Amino acid sequence: MSDIYIVGIHMIDFGRYPNRTPGQLGAQAALEALDEADIGIKDVQAVFSGSNYTTMIGQKVLQQIGQTGVQIINLVNACSTGASAVRMAYTAIKAGEFDTVLCVGVEQMTGLGMLGGAVPGAIPTEGILGSATMPAVFGESGIEYAARTGATQADFAQVAVKNHYNATMNPKAFLRKETPLDMVLEAETIAWPLTKLMCSVNVDGAAAAVVMSEEQVKRRGLMDRAIRIRGSAMASAPWQERDPIMHDVNGPTRLAAQKAYAMAGVDPKDIDLVELHDCFASVELQHYENLSLCGEGEGVKLIRDGSTELTGSIPVNASGGLLSKGHPIAATGIANMYEIALHLRGQAGERQIKGAKIGMTHVVGLGTSAAVHILEKA
Amino acid sequence: MSVVTQAPKPAFPFIILDAGGQPSLIAQKCTACGATYADSERVACGRCGGRADVLESFVPATEGTLHSAVIVRRGFPGVDVPFISAVVDLDGGPTIKGTLRNTAGFDPEHAAPGQRVRVRFDDALGRKDKAGGGYIAHYFEPIPA
Repeated sequence: MSDIYIVGIHMIDFGRYPNRTPGQLGAQAALEALDEADIGIKDVQAVFSGSNYTTMIGQKVLQQIGQTGVQIINLVNACSTGASAVRMAYTAIKAGEFDTVLCVGVEQMTGLGMLGGAVPGAIPTEGILGSATMPAVFGESGIEYAARTGATQADFAQVAVKNHYNATMNPKAFLRKETPLDMVLEAETIAWPLTKLMCSVNVDGAAAAVVMSEEQVKRRGLMDRAIRIRGSAMASAPWQERDPIMHDVNGPTRLAAQKAYAMAGVDPKDIDLVELHDCFASVELQHYENLSLCGEGEGVKLIRDGSTELTGSIPVNASGGLLSKGHPIAATGIANMYEIALHLRGQAGERQIKGAKIGMTHVVGLGTSAAVHILEKA
Repeated sequence: MSVVTQAPKPAFPFIILDAGGQPSLIAQKCTACGATYADSERVACGRCGGRADVLESFVPATEGTLHSAVIVRRGFPGVDVPFISAVVDLDGGPTIKGTLRNTAGFDPEHAAPGQRVRVRFDDALGRKDKAGGGYIAHYFEPIPA
């Protein structure tokens, strides 16, 4: 059976780029990924690209780095957009039509303000139909989890403490400051139980990956840097009595994770590190369980006993997570893979998880779409 | 010169007004699988795929249990805070979202899951559409234990 590999991957430093266009941000990430793969844009046979706030982003990137006339498919799949691009590259190569594909995720978000908001209608519904802001929506999901498991606001806050600490070792993260528990809890409340330091930040960002067939990787002699995609799976929200009145981020994540484990032929205990979708601190605990990193109701234990810290048995969000890197929606999925690739190659510097062989990435976008990838050093 | 006063309209598809302008909730239930929806015009059942002919309208209970809630302290510009955003399982279904009001305060205990609430109808915070028409919305209020 022939495998499929990531041979070049890059994320730009996430932050504020008011004087750059989305096309330029994507181009910067794409060129770095191409350079790492030791190929040029003329070697790319197809592009899968995504952005939630910029249309035709793939074309805008190629207008910067080379209009070769190849097929471009642009994706809008909420927070799972970047991972969806890689998933599509995987299936397109698997189908045998291409052997070298470029994936790009870009988002320019400076000035967008708090995301969410009700569907446009005759009158504004915020404050009448509860709140549709993302902190409220994820806060409600977190409170549901807390009611089931006994998790406290301090448990949620501890996720922010952990991830912000990790980010002090990640020069690409937007927020690189330690935030002790008191600081997290005393920060401005956005939607209780979530304070400002328990919410990911809107930033500008881009990430790109070059995905290749095994035959092409071998022909080009790129196995030294290749990351094998052992599992690639996506899922939407299965019917659940409250969805979509209350968006279900758990069900789709569980489905995607189960499919990815089965495809990869590995168990949760085989995973050395995880980059998961901590758009808000509370949901990280939910995803410990959704990704089977622990048993039902044991997510709280994992954060309390330090298991998911850098030195723990299953480090989660060594990069600092979305809480620290910032969350440029469509770039996040590939950025999570970039972090795993660094660790698998032993290039993660101070935050390196020693001996990491298999890593997992996860994103979930409201609406809902979840993507899970299991990656391994070739 | 006469002033034409428009009757308020329902703010959401799960609220209907009778001929006298009295509001009530309206929902749909799948007679094939039992799923309930806070909607009045579904195309089919999202659970079992049954077509519109298996969906029937019903008037849901106006009491229910708070499933989850958050205390919103930073909102969009122009929206008064704090308020409590709540997800409520109406007795017998469906689940609806709304604002929990008339609580004793805005502390976590006032937004605690499991508490019993009732639905009240009221003006939609004075908000009007472009034609100047008002709207009737639903609010949750605690049922004293």
